Amino acid sequence: MSAVGNWFRVFGVGGVIAYRGLFNWIRPAMYIPTMLGSPIFQLIFFTKLGQYAHAESSDFYIVGNSVQVCAMSSVYGMTMAVANERWYGTLGPLLASPANRAAVFLGRGVPVLANGLFVSAFTFGIGMLFLGFSPGIDALPALALIVVVTVVSCTCFGMLLGSIGLRAKDFFFVANLAYFLMLLFCGVNIPLSDLPGWMSFVGRCLPLTHGIAAAREVAAGASLSSVSGLVWTELGVGAAYAAAAYALFRILEHESRRSAVLDTY
Amino acid sequence: MSALRIVWSGFVTNLKMLSTSSFFLLTSVVQPVIFATIAFYMFQSGGRSGTLLYAALGAGMMGVWSSTLFGSGGIIQWQRWQGTLELGVGAPPPMTLVYLPFSLANSFIGLYSMAATLAWGRIVFGVPLHFAHPWQFVLALAATVLSLGLMGLVLASTFILYRYANALSNLLEYPVWVASGLVFSTALLPEWTRPISWALPPYWGILAIRHAALGGPVWGPLAMVTLLGLAALGISILTFRLFERLARARATLALT
Repeated sequence: MSAVGNWFRVFGVGGVIAYRGLFNWIRPAMYIPTMLGSPIFQLIFFTKLGQYAHAESSDFYIVGNSVQVCAMSSVYGMTMAVANERWYGTLGPLLASPANRAAVFLGRGVPVLANGLFVSAFTFGIGMLFLGFSPGIDALPALALIVVVTVVSCTCFGMLLGSIGLRAKDFFFVANLAYFLMLLFCGVNIPLSDLPGWMSFVGRCLPLTHGIAAAREVAAGASLSSVSGLVWTELGVGAAYAAAAYALFRILEHESRRSAVLDTY
Repeated sequence: MSALRIVWSGFVTNLKMLSTSSFFLLTSVVQPVIFATIAFYMFQSGGRSGTLLYAALGAGMMGVWSSTLFGSGGIIQWQRWQGTLELGVGAPPPMTLVYLPFSLANSFIGLYSMAATLAWGRIVFGVPLHFAHPWQFVLALAATVLSLGLMGLVLASTFILYRYANALSNLLEYPVWVASGLVFSTALLPEWTRPISWALPPYWGILAIRHAALGGPVWGPLAMVTLLGLAALGISILTFRLFERLARARATLALT
């Protein structure tokens, strides 16, 4: 098999097998309440809170939260997809293998990405069915594309957190904190213009922010071309996080080998 | 006397464990502060800045519920993982008494939330902390925390037979925030949800706390939260007995 073919095999097959191995504990009784039930109520909570506060329209919260809930998969899932190798004691054998590290690392993002997309799409569906969200048929392809780009970007951010999990003792704390801070900083429930300057700056450096802004405009009737700047920025933010995540992964791998602390806590 | 000693020593031990857990500090301090900040900005954006204390109290109560929920969901599961569940069940005192101090400590940790959101609101957003009835506020807060601790005991008992208790905990966080109207009025919810709200101690608890802080009748909601707490204690005694017997009969205590 050619080097390129091998790379894609490790990327695709390796990613799926790793997902099945690391998430073998997921059952419908676990998945449905956590990944589908919780986003529904998050959506209702913020929509009603916005209604009570007389802040923004319902659509503002429906789009923001329906996109943001992908972070349940992208942040938690991706963190676990890397850091749980250490927890299960399989990190040593994995890193001892000659497999291309980029393929190993990026491949883990694919199932997580698919899951994030499903959760986001499901939450949008709930918004349409029960909360009166109706973006129009014409807007759906553009909205779908923006959601895909945003979930990719968020998954790249999750990769960075996962890399931190290679060494950090309590990586769930970091993942939890990131998830909640995204609700505050990324314009999910508060327009960036209402936040202090430093907070909106931080928000612009995070995934989701530009994607959510683009999704809101498209849902309100704008064309994809009119929000292409936001979409490309979101993709750029994601690429930056992916590069940082890979670099950090390699640095921590090297440091862990050098210090002989690969799978210690 | 012996029962009081069990409750006190269990309460102190669990409080120490929870206070050193980064997860619980996140749940009881960081998360409520983030939610309070979101609510503050949303209220400011909507021109309802007079309701910032309302938001701080609600976000604090959200933290009390989260601590109770995740703590109660975790009591049985963590003991199961640590292999100490059998020791707790096999101990001579009734199971309710063994796990009561754990559940009380879980909700007590929630007081960190209230302190954090009020302090955060005061320091960062200049929320005036002028309580209409300060002593009734303290009483309402104490009764609510106690009642939620007892409600947590019911949850903990039902998780004996449920393998995916953590998933259920994840699910139940937002619905109770919504149905209890912790940061918005339940009048926004459909009419059919009213009985659900009335059956929840946090609904009456936040009413009592809010009225004590902002003005309004306190004793009615306070009586309701106390009654529901006592009802939860009665239910938990029955459910602990029932589920313990079932788990023993089926040999499923460990669920492995």
